[in-house]
Amino acid sequence: MTGDYGAVMARRGEIMRKSVGIDYERFSRGRLAFDYEGMMCETGYSLDEVETIQRESNVGNTPLLELKNLTRLVRTLSEPGKGARLFVKDEANNPARSFKDRRASLSVFHAEHNGYKGVVAATSGNYGAAVASQAARKNLGCIIVQEVFDSKGFEQPEIAEKGRACEAYGAEVLQLSVGPELFYVFLLVLEETAFFNASLYTPFSIAGIETLGTEIAEQTRRLTGRDPDVVVSTHAGGGITTGTARGLLKAGCSATRIVGASVNLQGLHMASDRDFNRKSFTTGHTGFGIPFAVWPDRSDVPRNAARVLRYLDDYVTVTQGAVFYMTEALAQLEGLERGPAGNTSLTAAFALAQTLPEEAVVVVNETEYTGAGKHPYAQLAFAERMGVEVRRGDPEEERPGSVIVIPEQPRQIRVAPVDLNRLRASYVRNACAALGEDKTVSEEDVAFLSEDTRLSSEEVRRVLRENGVSVATA
Amino acid sequence: MTVARRGEWVQIRRVVLPAGSRAPQVPEDTAAVPLELKVKGFLVEETARCGETVTVRTSLGREHRGVLASVDPPYDVGFGPPPKALLGIGEELRGMLRGKVERP
Ligand SMILES: Cc1ncc(COP(=O)(O)O)c(C=O)c1O
Repeated sequence: MTGDYGAVMARRGEIMRKSVGIDYERFSRGRLAFDYEGMMCETGYSLDEVETIQRESNVGNTPLLELKNLTRLVRTLSEPGKGARLFVKDEANNPARSFKDRRASLSVFHAEHNGYKGVVAATSGNYGAAVASQAARKNLGCIIVQEVFDSKGFEQPEIAEKGRACEAYGAEVLQLSVGPELFYVFLLVLEETAFFNASLYTPFSIAGIETLGTEIAEQTRRLTGRDPDVVVSTHAGGGITTGTARGLLKAGCSATRIVGASVNLQGLHMASDRDFNRKSFTTGHTGFGIPFAVWPDRSDVPRNAARVLRYLDDYVTVTQGAVFYMTEALAQLEGLERGPAGNTSLTAAFALAQTLPEEAVVVVNETEYTGAGKHPYAQLAFAERMGVEVRRGDPEEERPGSVIVIPEQPRQIRVAPVDLNRLRASYVRNACAALGEDKTVSEEDVAFLSEDTRLSSEEVRRVLRENGVSVATA
Repeated sequence: MTVARRGEWVQIRRVVLPAGSRAPQVPEDTAAVPLELKVKGFLVEETARCGETVTVRTSLGREHRGVLASVDPPYDVGFGPPPKALLGIGEELRGMLRGKVERP
């Protein structure tokens, strides 16, 4: 497996076209504009098809559990009449034990259906195990490329565990040291094997998550007689937020607030060898959440089907220490021992529920499995080994990479809002930068940017103007 | 020194991009070190010692070359000791709820 870095990267377009089998050009409508719904509809799968594929793959139909003790705790901290009911979608009940099975089941179905002999995924997360598990049951080859260790050889415990799970399902696991050139290795593997690119960001991958939204809608209605008031998702690349929101809309939950929650890792550089092992969360954090929100098309396919600014009503952050605290609370008060990364949404929901009326329903989207390495004990012991201080105190004192603060009191658990309008403007600036030398766009591009960011047409035009981009009159 | 025999499950390491040939956008600390790859498979050679360049055949039947790093590579991530900062939380929270329990 060799190749000149620059030459391989220059072939990326061609490699990706062969490996996903989608002609993305067909949906292009301008220099920036493309027909998102057309792409989702023509290259994705309908809700009925997704349900059938997932039923056949043993994926989905996970329980929605009421967190009665945590709701009681919320109410001890709330003003009279406040304190919403908390429910959690227990996605750890999927075959490879996270919601990622929903995406993987569609990707692997699509790969098999189109005659690919195997699948490749670039992922250090739960998605690797999900793809490996689905590929195993279809007898397809599976290669997972993950970023695991730093230059001193220290492996991030959670990622090491996920690598083990992939190998348990028979996958070949290529483990890399820190760096974005993982993508280069991924391209080489796609070229060598002619396997399918089981990207997290294809229309099928996102269509696979829509059932998470429809199930939440049906189960919440059955258990409470109402639509969920708020659905809080653990937010990284934006797939879960996009897919769940689309599913909720398809189920008619048009008034449900869509909230994304990420662990705040501000100040840590995602491509830094030094910073890599100074974080205790490998997903659901701002290091993915913000870059993908402000430029979704940075992903491994030309058009990312996860486009969160279309769906997010609020985006909030929580601290690493608060998530570890809530992971402990979920185990000790609800008897549910679940993985810390998935509990990012639980932490945000716990704070948000205190501001809502008692009759409101907040759904925590979702849980993932826990195990060796993928557990607060392992993560905190590793953090200390890497020179990060761990102590109890006020979460305001947490500093990603140097101090993790476990709250002293549940009332100290708060959410910090991210200004979505700032992210929307940042998206438009990135679009301007993507134009290159020719700084003209069409009215269709303006309409697309407005739809993709939920900014008004006037606001889009203002940011375009500020960046020297003009709109051609047709 | 460990000797591995043909067919044994081993792990190899290889430099994919040496320091100095890293992607232009990586930060300085990352640019100063090589991009390395580790992969596991069955040893193809009759015998080999750690540190020698060998070939492995992976679970998919693909071959990779690299330096033999370990034989029977273990999965040794664990849970470690329960951190002091988490130990009191369960009791504290149960205490808070007990103070609020409505009688049935
Ligand atoms: C358990 C869990 N929850 C949430 C997420 C976030 O999903 P997304 O990347 O689609 O935003 C991930 C993925 O990284 C995950 O593994």
